[in-house]
Amino acid sequence: MSLEINFSDKVFENRKRNNSEYEEITLTIRRDIIKSLVLAKSGHSGGPLGITEVISVLFFGGYMKYNPSNPNMPNRDRFVLSAGHMAPVQYSVLARAGFFPTEELKTLRKYNSRLQGHPGLDMHLPGIETSSGSLGQGVSIAVGMAMSDFIIDKNERKVFCITGDGELQEGASWEAAMAAGSHKLSNFCWIVDNNDCQIDGRVKDILSVYPLKEKFESFNFNVIEIDGHDIDQIQAAFDKFNENHKNNDLPTCIIAKTYMGQGVSFMKDQYNWHGNPPNEEQAITALSELK
Amino acid sequence: MTKIESYGNKPTRDGFGLGLVELGEKDERIVVIGADVSGSVKTSYFRDKFPERFISVGVAEQNATTVAVGLALSGKVPFFSSYSAFAAFRNADQIRVSICYNEANVKIGGGHSGLTVGPDGATHQSLEEVAFLRTLPNMTLICPADFEQAKKATVAMGEMVGPAYLRFGRPSVPMFTKPEDDFVIGKADILRTGNDISIVANGIMVWESLIAAEALKEKHNINAEVINCHTIKPIDVNALVNSAKKCGAMVTAEEHQVHGGLSGAVAEVLAKNYPIPMEFVGVKDTFGGSGEPFELTELYGLTWKEIYASSLLAIERKNNGSSSIRKVKDVAVYTEGM
Repeated sequence: MSLEINFSDKVFENRKRNNSEYEEITLTIRRDIIKSLVLAKSGHSGGPLGITEVISVLFFGGYMKYNPSNPNMPNRDRFVLSAGHMAPVQYSVLARAGFFPTEELKTLRKYNSRLQGHPGLDMHLPGIETSSGSLGQGVSIAVGMAMSDFIIDKNERKVFCITGDGELQEGASWEAAMAAGSHKLSNFCWIVDNNDCQIDGRVKDILSVYPLKEKFESFNFNVIEIDGHDIDQIQAAFDKFNENHKNNDLPTCIIAKTYMGQGVSFMKDQYNWHGNPPNEEQAITALSELK
Repeated sequence: MTKIESYGNKPTRDGFGLGLVELGEKDERIVVIGADVSGSVKTSYFRDKFPERFISVGVAEQNATTVAVGLALSGKVPFFSSYSAFAAFRNADQIRVSICYNEANVKIGGGHSGLTVGPDGATHQSLEEVAFLRTLPNMTLICPADFEQAKKATVAMGEMVGPAYLRFGRPSVPMFTKPEDDFVIGKADILRTGNDISIVANGIMVWESLIAAEALKEKHNINAEVINCHTIKPIDVNALVNSAKKCGAMVTAEEHQVHGGLSGAVAEVLAKNYPIPMEFVGVKDTFGGSGEPFELTELYGLTWKEIYASSLLAIERKNNGSSSIRKVKDVAVYTEGM
């Protein structure tokens, strides 16, 4: 069995959308993830597939201000993928937003590629705001960005950040939470990809981080719990964040309940898909499901 | 050669604090991150003058480091300062990945460095951070010799682009560099010329080296060259190699472990370019302990006397032929009767 991989050059606009418009977007992104990973022969499948709806609404729903033809636009909003191992979904979204050619998704994890295994600022890939991958650090960098806008410059920019739930076992994550809550960074939106999976097993079995809602509330966050695959709920959560920001309220934490590997039947909710790519056969099956 | 004299005593931390204020006046992008020890590391001067550009994150050095990165990636020039014991190790991964790999324009002020933090004891006496920091790609690492130089180095750090770490101390130490002296990052200062032994030092050990050079001249008519190697990275290869060629033997002196610090940096340069007998003055693979700052420097062998003795030993090895194997002699043999 052989598999020929091609990436369409389809690009999506960033605008207010109906629920139904996301089907094509999420399918395209999930296919990108599978294709780039099967070519890379290493990398993380589960997390990227699980966060696809959330990140699609964020980038293509008009919630974040950015300009692919001017990636360093001074008044852009910022996005930090603190869970850097989920890079394949970020690369797909950036390519589909028009930051760089979709063909480049073929180069994931190859030598000298701008698509490093974990995002690397040194490769100057448009749309990447920081290197990330050492867990707990990206979210703290995002807090620093939010402070720059909220405390120093007092402008309207927003900062979005995605962490995993296993990542919350890193103590540095809570230092970041403490700082964001204490400084009431209302321009900061922390999204927790709550799939309850990490490399060794279920988060609740390895080292429980629960209860999350109460933890973040006690750290001075507005907490919104959602089904991370339900477009309406995701949109409502980002709308609520915008309201919090406008009212200069507390920082927002969106706890997105997701399934690792969502969209591919044999990967769904399987923690052993945290850090593995599909082989060719598995990729063919996965792609046949993603139609 | 005019003898270099001191003109009073001040802590290098004061130089850092005042340098920050000077920077703050010149450059609105300067932001300072406080980690609860602002009075100790003198970022309080900046805080009192520019409260709107001072952000406190509490006793959380990991977060302070990465928050600084976020600010740098937003176009600010952030300084984070704490004690070196916590500003270089607690946050080591943050420095490696988020500052250096990102090549983020973050400046760290590492205060209370070395043994001379004194009575606080070993937990607070950082003696290893130079070894770590100088291995990091993109890092600039500076250890100034006195108040005036600390101030200039702080300003120079703020004006350069890229990650930088300033290593400074707590106690009052002799001031001998002048306000009109140049300070250039990466350019070592030759404070005294000589051709018998080259003494390369930084931090508080520069002053001790000058005293040792006087003693060598007075007692043995030895002409020592004294180099203030304030920048450990990038190191001034030309100054070191030229001095090695001229003197044929070298001693390094630092308030740090003898392993991996200035000693290692200089030895790497000479091993590759011009190998000569070398001796190292520093803390000998041990932790410190409580005591008064300059009681500890005596006890742990960080004074002019060890530099003096090590110079004689290095010269003896040179005179026995450059390939001679180091004879193990106790420092006391050379300082007997002094």
